[in-house]
Amino acid sequence: MASTTCCLVRADTYRDSVELMRVAALVERLANVSRAALMMATPANRELLSGAGLLDATAAAAGPNDLVVAVAAADRSAAERALAEASRLLDEQATVSTPAGEKPPPGSIAAAAAELTHANLAIISTPGAYATAEALKALKRGLHVFIFSDNVPIGDEVELKRLAAKKKLLVMGPDCGTAILDGVPLGFANAVRCGRIGLVGASGTGLQQVSCLVHQLGEGLSQVIGVGGHDLDERVGGIMMQAGIERLAADPGTEVIVLVSKPPAPAVARRILDVAGKSGKPVVVNFLGGDPGAIRGSGAVASTTLEDAARDAVALARGKRHGVKAPAPATLAAGARAKAPRFQKDQQLVHGLYSGGTLCQEAAIILNDDGVKHAVVDLGGDEFTVGRPHPMIDFRLRNDRIVAAAKDPATAVILLDVVLGYGAHPDPAGALAPAIAAASKAAARSRRGLAIIASVCGTEADPQNLTNQEKVLAEAGVLLAPSNAQAAHLAAALVGAGHGARQKG
Amino acid sequence: MAAPKSKRSAEPAPLFPGGIRALNVGVSEFALSPRAHGATVLELDWRPPAGGDRDLGLLLARLEDDPDDPIGSQVAAANAQAIERILASQPMLVGMGRAADTLPGLGPRHVLHAGPPIAWARMCGPMRGAVIGAILYEGWADTPEAAQRLADEGAITFAPCHHFGAVGPMAGVLSPSMPVFIVESAAGGNRAFAILNEGLGKVLRFGAYGREVLERLRWLNETLAPALAKALGARGPVDLKNLTAQALQMGDECHNRNVAASSLFARLMAPALVRTSSQDVAATVLEFLEANNHFYLNLSMAASKATLDGAHGIAGSTVVTAMARNGVEVGIRLSGTGDAWSTAPALVPDGLYFPGYGPADANPDLGDSAITETAGLGGLAMAAAPAIVRFIGGAAEEAIATTKLMYTITLARNNDYGIPALGFAGTPTGIDARRVVDSGVPPVFNTGIAHRDAGIGQVGAGIAKAPLACFSGALRELGRRLKVPV
Repeated sequence: MASTTCCLVRADTYRDSVELMRVAALVERLANVSRAALMMATPANRELLSGAGLLDATAAAAGPNDLVVAVAAADRSAAERALAEASRLLDEQATVSTPAGEKPPPGSIAAAAAELTHANLAIISTPGAYATAEALKALKRGLHVFIFSDNVPIGDEVELKRLAAKKKLLVMGPDCGTAILDGVPLGFANAVRCGRIGLVGASGTGLQQVSCLVHQLGEGLSQVIGVGGHDLDERVGGIMMQAGIERLAADPGTEVIVLVSKPPAPAVARRILDVAGKSGKPVVVNFLGGDPGAIRGSGAVASTTLEDAARDAVALARGKRHGVKAPAPATLAAGARAKAPRFQKDQQLVHGLYSGGTLCQEAAIILNDDGVKHAVVDLGGDEFTVGRPHPMIDFRLRNDRIVAAAKDPATAVILLDVVLGYGAHPDPAGALAPAIAAASKAAARSRRGLAIIASVCGTEADPQNLTNQEKVLAEAGVLLAPSNAQAAHLAAALVGAGHGARQKG
Repeated sequence: MAAPKSKRSAEPAPLFPGGIRALNVGVSEFALSPRAHGATVLELDWRPPAGGDRDLGLLLARLEDDPDDPIGSQVAAANAQAIERILASQPMLVGMGRAADTLPGLGPRHVLHAGPPIAWARMCGPMRGAVIGAILYEGWADTPEAAQRLADEGAITFAPCHHFGAVGPMAGVLSPSMPVFIVESAAGGNRAFAILNEGLGKVLRFGAYGREVLERLRWLNETLAPALAKALGARGPVDLKNLTAQALQMGDECHNRNVAASSLFARLMAPALVRTSSQDVAATVLEFLEANNHFYLNLSMAASKATLDGAHGIAGSTVVTAMARNGVEVGIRLSGTGDAWSTAPALVPDGLYFPGYGPADANPDLGDSAITETAGLGGLAMAAAPAIVRFIGGAAEEAIATTKLMYTITLARNNDYGIPALGFAGTPTGIDARRVVDSGVPPVFNTGIAHRDAGIGQVGAGIAKAPLACFSGALRELGRRLKVPV
């Protein structure tokens, strides 16, 4: 590129060197401009310009109080345009920049705690590998912690919970799906009324089922404290369930305490039941298939199902020793005969397709006890959720499985849970309906009877609305049960009834 | 079992008496339902801390303050003590000295340099040039070639300025017969030293070693330093804290902008200079000061060094007490990591270049001058010097935003150093290595950019960020010293 050097001198004009470098950088970006420099013409700067080949005679004669604009350009006109642009930029009024926008959100717990004074809770849903460090930082600042994250090493959980116990703080989780604290729902939780029954559970959907049924039975919840699925592991020792019981024991607003968990290790169960016994309040325990003897021995009420736990708690709150029991399986069977489709001889299987882990386990226990052949799957289990949203949020996997189960000649009943509440799908019934229609159609095409049974875990106050959801499911041909336990019993009863009907016919 | 109470519940005791005030760490949806039910929820822009290194993240968490934990309480107490000492420091320019007579332990063939330790063979261009210049200045060799041979043969002992309580900008080369400022922290009683600023153009700190460079060094030694010494003797010590505080209110950040401070210094010294030196000497000294906008830089550095050395060596403290660049590596020290340097490769600063130069000419980040940032000046005090922000092409608001960001990685504000644009809020002070690693926000250096070849000089100015790896390494070292379980 042929080069022309041009200089412009502004006598007795002082500008800050940084400002001049900025203008030079802008001018240098113009087309056909190879170099631009703006400097006060001190001897040192004149030497610098000269060394860069940018000093012409006018600039060489300038003094320290003069401003030199020097450009090297492809031709005369490009150089003149560049000088004009430099002048324009020098004369430009300093733009009043836009007011600093929204403050960027804090990037760390330390920064956030500085911003939100008197923070008292951290909700942690980071990948499991990082959850421990975040929880530790929160605990050290005196915050209670709710950890939704899973895949946290059990040793880390022990460390966190021991520290929390020392600090009289709660660690809800890791792998905690649900809590309702002072009426505020965290994670997956239902809209239930406030009341006098307090729950502590190592099971998310177990707590949701009990809290919804308590609500439907006309009572309310004081606190729902999830402690995470591993709290009653021998290594953790139920530290947080104990802490939860102690909190509820000390709360004048809690009159009955309900504990929900998978069967704990015997030593852990003893410790928990011992603390529960000292609470001075009636305690209802559902250890999902666990030994009821030890529970009764501690003075607590042992409830076989989540529904019974809710019924017992409501009865105790109302001054009765035991709840009105759910309809017995025999009663269900009688009612079932009217509803039972005609099954083929090979249709013996109850196919359970679940989104809630505890609900799934409860169904398996009941179907075992009722002596029915079953295949019950928790689609929220780790093996199904890798790289995929949870089945409470995304129904694609479950819908595929429903249609596939309907095509299986061994399937008599498809058993489902439908979980409503905050965090769940905005319209689970609507999401399931097409799969249910497709399943019914597939069975009819093969001239097989098929029953689809569901229980909806939710309340009228949930964003999805229990009644509306049940209506949509009923219209799709789903048989509804008021609880998961009743749904499982109904499934077992229908298998028997469906075959009875066929034999009779 | 106790009998159930009456149907009406007693007043419940809430778990959160003041209402839930939650931090949401992770998936943003978890903030929705608590917020809809009246909880106050602050959402984090969360990223895995420590660059996703789980173990380092855990170490960091274990080093967090905690009165219930022996490590957490030790760190908290150590940092509180470090901050107290930094804030209480009152650096005074008390006199001038010859390095050999003044720096404790300096040997006859010692050449000190900027940054963490580095061998002669690995030094960058400007530093090698400066070393050659120092050897010529000392008269240990007569030609640049002979000087280089001396260094090659191992006849020179190299060490960081920092190991002798000294600091130097850019190459930071200091040899035994050079004059130094003596700065004493009135509170700590400790001393720090810095060479005298030579001005701009062909200067030793950028690796130039020609005749004019050596002549100027001799003038500094034979004329400027004695004149300043006499003037100081007559007027008494200069309160550098006070001077820095004034300059911060006049648009300096006392690292890359020292116009106000240099002017104030010249004004303070002028009467005593005129009284204690010949008219001719006083005139040349004042002319030199008048022409050098960065004269105060070296004083700002020595004052910062004196302040931070007073807070160094407190077991368990995560407060950064030195950040320095040798043009190849950046190194930092924590108060609680003793003499250990944690280093990472130095990067080329972002900035604007003088005509005829560009990023390809730039040497990676160089100089001890980041000691000013370590003390809460320079890049940390950017809001005090909006003109500086033009180096990164930004508006004055960005200078304010930078300082505000620096508050998130520091433990205190130095209320003696008020920043007008922030309502005279104090400068961010006491960089906490935990905050840096946790948030991934590195301290920002305002810096000159040296040409990568010796002797060409300054080619631009801009900003550089301290490498996060320095802070990760320093925390690991502290973890080892405190025997934190990993």
